[in-house]
This record gives sequence, structure tokens and C-alpha cells, in this order.
Amino acid sequence: MKPSRLIPLMIALALVATACGGSGTTTTAGSTGTTGSMQADLLGAGASFPAPIYQEWIGAYQSVEPGVSINYQSIGSGGGVEQFIGQQTDFGASDAFLKDDEIAAAQAARGCDPIHIPTVFGAVSIAYNVEGLDSLTLSGPVLADIFVGTITNWNDPAIAALNSGVTMPDEDIVVAHRSDGSGTTSIFTTYLSSVSDAWKNGPGVGKEVEWPAPNSVGGEKNDGVTAQIQQNPGAVGYIELSYAMENNVPVAKMINDDGNAIEPTLESTAAAADGITIPDDLRFNILNVGGEGYPIAGATWLLAWSCGYDQAKADALKAWITWDLQNGDDLARELLYSPLPDSLQEKALAKVDLINSEG
Amino acid sequence: MTSSEGSRALRDPPRAKGSGVAAADSLSGRRRGRLSADATFRLILGLAGASVLLILATMLISTTIQAWPVFRHEGWSFITSSVWDPGTSRTEVTGQYGALAFIVGTLVTSLIALVIAVPLAVAVALYITQAAPRKVAGPLTYTIEMLAAVPSVVFGLWGLLFFVPKVLRPIMNLVESTLGSFIPFLSGPIVTYNYFAAGVVLAFMVLPIIMAVTREVMANTPETEIAAAYGLGATRWEMMRHVVLPRARPGIIGATMLGLGRALGETIAVAMLIGGSQQIPSSLFRGGQSMAGIIAVTFQEAAPENVKALVGVGVLLFVITVIVNMAARLIVWMTGGYLAKEQNL
Repeated sequence: MKPSRLIPLMIALALVATACGGSGTTTTAGSTGTTGSMQADLLGAGASFPAPIYQEWIGAYQSVEPGVSINYQSIGSGGGVEQFIGQQTDFGASDAFLKDDEIAAAQAARGCDPIHIPTVFGAVSIAYNVEGLDSLTLSGPVLADIFVGTITNWNDPAIAALNSGVTMPDEDIVVAHRSDGSGTTSIFTTYLSSVSDAWKNGPGVGKEVEWPAPNSVGGEKNDGVTAQIQQNPGAVGYIELSYAMENNVPVAKMINDDGNAIEPTLESTAAAADGITIPDDLRFNILNVGGEGYPIAGATWLLAWSCGYDQAKADALKAWITWDLQNGDDLARELLYSPLPDSLQEKALAKVDLINSEG
Repeated sequence: MTSSEGSRALRDPPRAKGSGVAAADSLSGRRRGRLSADATFRLILGLAGASVLLILATMLISTTIQAWPVFRHEGWSFITSSVWDPGTSRTEVTGQYGALAFIVGTLVTSLIALVIAVPLAVAVALYITQAAPRKVAGPLTYTIEMLAAVPSVVFGLWGLLFFVPKVLRPIMNLVESTLGSFIPFLSGPIVTYNYFAAGVVLAFMVLPIIMAVTREVMANTPETEIAAAYGLGATRWEMMRHVVLPRARPGIIGATMLGLGRALGETIAVAMLIGGSQQIPSSLFRGGQSMAGIIAVTFQEAAPENVKALVGVGVLLFVITVIVNMAARLIVWMTGGYLAKEQNL
């Protein structure tokens, strides 16, 4: 019995050995070219919002560089930044750029600068649940007043004025928000603060803030907020655009700085990112959007170091991120992320070159 | 003294006594021969016991140390304020951390759960042990105890997508429209996920544990006393009321406290159904947040100072659980004593 059971195992082992040998030879052969030559293990952790596209890019990159193995753990931006600064990962990922005190801590920890590389954009859509209301237009100040709690009924004249020709019902507004800390909340509150002093001086900006509206409910993650919106008549809340599109949730048009009412789409998100001025360190918020741009949007970043990698890791990391930025746009659109506009892609690629530039 | 007598009488049915004595005799006979083995065994058991205390002490001390900057920054307002506005600093405490809303959320939802689950569990246990035909009692026990094996996230999901919006919301609407105008804590406007919804689903989750213990205690009612009650002409209801229930009372209270312990610490299902708002609502039909809930949902994106505050909430939850457990022991001890005294008369 025993030997007969061993034979298939031995054959299998032999096959695996040949297969390994085979790939080994192709690797050596490929080392003269530009692809298939690298060997490195990269570990990254951070934001959950871009995790699906990062996983997709990592999977696709496997066929380009089989020797590079990348492990991305979606543990949240907060943990991602902590582990990045704590040197537990090779690269980090965050929905919010590092604040000045985080940069100082990072510099102290590694002795060189952290690098911000924006990868994709996401938009935050305003979803609502009002019976018989097929289309809704809101402006930034009105949206802020709803979330501050000064507008509490759908028939408020301020809402009616933006929706002429539509009869707004006499119904209490239920404000739905994220109950967990979230980059989506950060983008949303950054926008509200930029359009409303009452919001700026009240709850302010953050991944988690106080929600002053009297009739407010919270949900965990996008699906929790969506459940809150769908189960509470009169509800309005904010969710990631990709989530709203996948689940066919009705969303409001937002009036941007040029006075245009813009529906949230991948195109209008890309348009928002195209028209803004971006600082040299690529730490930016998307604010004061005009033209055809949808006004509530934000970027997500990969974080890397300008020193301290061994050469193989640095080469692999640079090659992977470069590949993502140059070849990953279609995959990003498929997963309902908005890729970087060309002008910004150039700047992002220049940042990739800085990885390990200080040795 | 009296309480231990009472509980021993509860545990040992008279007919088991003879065999128990025999077993004890044979054990002591063995012990005389192998004293060193016995001592070693006792030492190992002692170490096992000590390790539990050590783990507990380490947990409490290390979490308290970690949360200390927040405790120092907030002082008493950590438990008296309901302003929870996390900061983002890495090194100092810049936000405001008042956990009162979460304390209220945990206590109120647990209370709702007990108010629903305890009477139901006692009724079911009475039915199973005293009234149900054997063919029904077995499967029923088994089914209810199976509820305990359902992961809490499944309860949460079921509540989120089906039970609360489809079943509970119409009931809440009815209660609010009939009683809401004169009972303030049942007034509207209703939001679908709220204290009440979390409390009801929590009741289903603590029901099996309360039921199992209560059933066990009731099943141990001495048959001689039951026979005596019938002999005195008691009806089945009178027998339950005067024999089974008084005997089971300390057990029911103990079971309730076990259930309360589970309810206080339950995290995901409550976080999914309690409404996720950081306010203290004026009505059971409004949203809030629980202590375990706020830790679970905000931990992932929390800045270092915020993490310290969440650890502080954990310490607080631990302290409240200890207080509840001590209160439970006290109540069981007091009622147990009362029962024993009653028997002596």
C-alpha cells in the first residue's frame, strides 16, 4: 500500500522540480532584457478604500515580474501610517496625506523624507431616500446646513430654490454618516469646511467628527451607511461613488464653484482633479472645483521612503508603482476609480524616481 | 454558611448521596498512598489558577497605563461628558474624549435585552422542565442552545437586512403611535436602527445562556418536594410557583448576570444595529453607540491619541463588568441566604 501511494507523490515532486528549474532558466534568460528579472518581497499596508485596485494591480504585475511578490494588507489608513512610520512595512498607503507632525516623526524614525505618490481619485456622492424624488440638486452651503442641522425638513426654501419645478415633500431629514473612522469622512468634511463657516468652526475636518444634526444616524462602512439611508425615509448621507454606482443608489447633483450642477461620475471626478493647483510635495485636497468637475473628491496615496531600501527592493517598488501609474488606468476605471490626469501622472512618476534616491 | 447549605441541597439530589460517599471514601484511600503526586497535582492546579489572575492583572494594568494620558487629560469628564471629538496627534492628547454616550448605550441596550430575555428564558425553561412532553422538550432545548452557536456578526447582519427593517420597524411604529405621546422614552421620530433594535436582537443572543442555566437549575428540583406539593393538593401551576421557582431563584439571578455579562461585552451585532450616533438619545427609538461598538468601529482609522482613548473605554468596560459581576455574587449570596432561612422555618 505505502509504496504505491508514494509513487504519484514522487512524480508530482519531480514535476514541480522540473517546473522550478524551468522558471529558473527563463529568469536567467530574461535578466538580459528589461522584464522578468527582479527578485523581491515587498510588504505594504494601509488604506482600505484603494485596496481592491492595489490587489488588482499586484495580481496583474505578477505576469510582468513573477519574481516580485507584493503583499498589501488593507488595515486602514491610520494603521498604515503607523506601520509605515514604524518601519514595519516597505510602503504605506493612506487616504489622507501625512500631516506635518507625522512627517517629522517619519524623518526622525528613518532619517530621510517620506514620499507621497497619489494613485487614484475617489468621489464622495450624496445619496438620498425621499419617496417620489427622482432628481435632486444641492449646493455646498445647503448641504452643510443640512449636516449642521439648521435645515431639518426637505421642504426648506433653500432646497426648493435649487430644485425649481420639483415639489419637495414635508418630511424630516435624517442625516446618515459613517460611524467608523474613514477617509471618506475626511474628504467629505474637508469639502464642508471649505464651503461653510458654521461647519468649519463646528465639527471641522477629520476621519471622525461630531455630528451635530439632531436627527443623525451612523452606519459602519459604506454598506452600513447605505443601509441607514435605504431604511430611513427622508435620509441623506455620503458614500463612496463606486459604492453608489454598484448599488444603484440615487445620488444628488452638486453645484460646483462655477455654478454648474454636476452629477458624480468617473469623468466628472477626473475633471475635478484636472483643474486644481497641486503643491510640489503632492499633498493636496481637491477644493474649489469648477468647470465640469464634481466638487467632492479626494486622492489616495502610496507612501515610500527616499532612503534605506536595499537595491533589489527599491528597484522592484519603483518598477511596480511606475507600472501601476502607466498601465493601470483601465483596471482602475473597471473598478470605478478615477485614474490620475496626465499632468499629475507626470508629477507622480517624478516622485517615484525619488524612492531610495538618498541611498 | 447558610447559603452554602442551601446551594448544596440544590445540587445534590438525595438519591445521589450514597454513591457520593462511596466515591469520596475510595478517593481518600488512594490519597494516603501517594502524597507526593497529590502535592504536585495541587501545585499544578494552583499555578493554573494563579495564571488566570496574572493574565487579568496584566491586562488591567497595561491597558490602564496605556490609557493614562487620556484619563489624566479628561479627568472625570471621561465618564461624565458625552463630547467625543477625537484628535489626530501622535504624541499628545488634543481631542475631547467623553464616553458617557457609550456607557449609556451599553447599559441601556443590555437592560432592554434582559427585560425581554429573562422572562422568556424562565418561561421556556419552566415549559421544558415541567410541562413539555419529553418528545418536545429535547429538540426544543437543543434548538435554543444552538442559537448560542450563531456568530454574532450573523445576528447583526440578519438584524440589519431583515429583522429590524421588516419586522421590528412596523412594531416600533405601532408602539410610537400609541404610547409615544405620553411615554417620553418611546417617542418619535423613529430611526430604523436604534437602542431598541439593538436591545431586542441582543435579547435573542443572551436567551440561550440564560435559558440553559435556568433549565439546569429547575431540572434539579428535588422530586420529593414536587411530590409533596402535589400530595398537599397543589395544581401544576401552584407547584411551579411554590416549589420550582423559589428553588430556582438564585440560579435564575446567576443566569441573568451571566447573560448581562455577555450583553455588556457584545460588540459587532450591537455596533451594526444601535444606530452609530455619538449622541445620547432622548428616546429608545433613536440611535446611539455602545462602548464595545465605538472601539470596534473606530479603532482601525484611529490616530495614536484616539487609540489611547479607546483603550480607556476598554478599561471602563472592564471595570463595569467587574462591578456587575460583584453585584451578581452579592445578589445570589443574599437571595441564597434568604432561601435557606425560609427552609429552616
